[in-house]
Amino acid sequence: MSFDTRRAVRLALIGLAAASLAACASRPKPMPTTPAAPPPPPAAAEPPPYTPPPPSPVAQGPLPGTVQDFVVNVGERVYFDTDEYSIRADAQPVLAGQAQWLNRYPAVKVRIEGNADERGTREYNLALGARRANAVRDFLVAQGVSNARIETLSYGKEKPIDGGSGEDAWAKNRNARTAITDGAR
Amino acid sequence: MGPFMRLKALLILAVALLGGALAAPASAQIEVDVNQGAIKPMPVAIPDFSGAQRGAEIAQVISGNLERSGLFQPLNVASVADKLMDVNVQPRFPDWQATGAQALVNGQVTVESDGRLRVDFRLWDVYAQQQLLGLQFTSTPENWRRVAHKISDAVYERLTGEKGYFDTRVAFVAESGGKLSRIKRLAIMDQDGANPQYLTDGSYIVMTPRFSSTSQEITYMALRPTGSSIYLFNLQTGRQETVGRFPGMVFAPRFSPDGGKVAFSVEKGGNSDIYVMDLRSRSSTRITTDPSIDTSPSFSPDGSKIVFNSDRGGQAQIYMMNADGSGVRRISFGGGRYTTPVWSPRGDFVAFTKQTGGEFHIGVMRTDGSDERLLTTSYLDEGPTWAPNGRVLMFFRESPGGSSKLWTVDVTGRILRPAPYPGAASDPAWSPLLD
Repeated sequence: MSFDTRRAVRLALIGLAAASLAACASRPKPMPTTPAAPPPPPAAAEPPPYTPPPPSPVAQGPLPGTVQDFVVNVGERVYFDTDEYSIRADAQPVLAGQAQWLNRYPAVKVRIEGNADERGTREYNLALGARRANAVRDFLVAQGVSNARIETLSYGKEKPIDGGSGEDAWAKNRNARTAITDGAR
Repeated sequence: MGPFMRLKALLILAVALLGGALAAPASAQIEVDVNQGAIKPMPVAIPDFSGAQRGAEIAQVISGNLERSGLFQPLNVASVADKLMDVNVQPRFPDWQATGAQALVNGQVTVESDGRLRVDFRLWDVYAQQQLLGLQFTSTPENWRRVAHKISDAVYERLTGEKGYFDTRVAFVAESGGKLSRIKRLAIMDQDGANPQYLTDGSYIVMTPRFSSTSQEITYMALRPTGSSIYLFNLQTGRQETVGRFPGMVFAPRFSPDGGKVAFSVEKGGNSDIYVMDLRSRSSTRITTDPSIDTSPSFSPDGSKIVFNSDRGGQAQIYMMNADGSGVRRISFGGGRYTTPVWSPRGDFVAFTKQTGGEFHIGVMRTDGSDERLLTTSYLDEGPTWAPNGRVLMFFRESPGGSSKLWTVDVTGRILRPAPYPGAASDPAWSPLLD
């Protein structure tokens, strides 16, 4: 696949994700935002796969200042190119929104978690995830968020959000997540 | 820690020199060349040992070890008339020649008056009708497997000229759960998959265990939402401690060959550099300062050099430096990305993971980067660890969307097979030979 095609596919994917997020925000019922369901466990002896609890249903959309508000209305993740940690153009408005939101709720503290896809080795990917987390931190700090409110962590390739094994899944798994750790309503 | 206490039980090795029967290696009629990767494995006969107890099991463990090496083919010899009841009586060689076996391993188990097991064994050249080895081991009855491993090592060494690697263990990460909710536990087992033990409960992520080459100690990384830690874990006492706190992430620990230091990566502000900590003084020194990823340090067997992974040239490659950080030079020059370099305990090769053309390979190269050989190819092969003889590697292989399994491959790449652990597992670390 050429670079342009990949970029086009990626942009289309992001568009899809955004559309499903918007749908989610306007409906009372929570909707899954990722197309791939977690794979069934390989052996009967293994414990059932952990499924994260769905977001709580809200009647009028998330209350301002809540974790839900941040996740749904701002977006907690931005995505990266293969083996890269520079902030992509499509990530900038999301991070600007994160900074704005964090500046509005100064009691909130965050942990930025850097993630990598499985097309790299474990230790290198820990280092790569750390670069991504710090790139996001630098962006938020430049937008006026105090460094003291931000911690960073790399999960390397340990925390994929898409269990697939193709470019679509890898593109989702190359991300940095801004996780609220304290101070939200 | 309980399960490990029994490993302190001593194995007493008594070399029984039986009337000059311990022939000089030069007179051996049969030999196996490890470096040729055994295009055709040597047929060997390993009948059940005679005597009091465990005779059949000991023979089975020896057969399993030699078979897995890929260099030997144990034959089914249950129907051979010569039952070898007394280890001090010569075998009836024509019986054994008829099986096609080139070598014969037989033995006898005796219970000593104090309850300990005494195991005598002999290794014979079936065609030369000559004894190649005769040894006696004594141990507590529950340690019979280690006796079988020591016999395997003795046979392997006598027939190949290379040190054995069977009386060893493997630390690894046992995995369970789906890809999006994986649970990882630190684990350890005998190299043949026996006696698996789980050392952490899976409530936090563990990765990259590595053995000390001088003691029953491992170092590994733990990752929690609050941060990462590098632990030193003493397998005999069960005690563990961290190497201390650092401002950012710490990862990729590995012992120096003398066990006195640990090299690892420390990340600060997104930049990962290599540090070396002296375990006695607990002082650590930063030895790389490049604003690139510097990780996966591995010492040379003499401790004077460190091979490591860096993307300072634009993408991940393997570099070499003196142990103080001076004299950095790149040694990998092929196309693709090179990571996880590991110096062979013999000093002759560096094993690595290489990513090229959408696939992953385990490979080896000389320490100057020459003579690169890719031993494996798959969707994801990663993280080689050397057997103590430097001729066999273990690594993990993950299929698309599937779980990880441990595999072994020899340095020729011809002998590739799954390691004998049935569950999902990653990040293997081979121990040195046990005492």
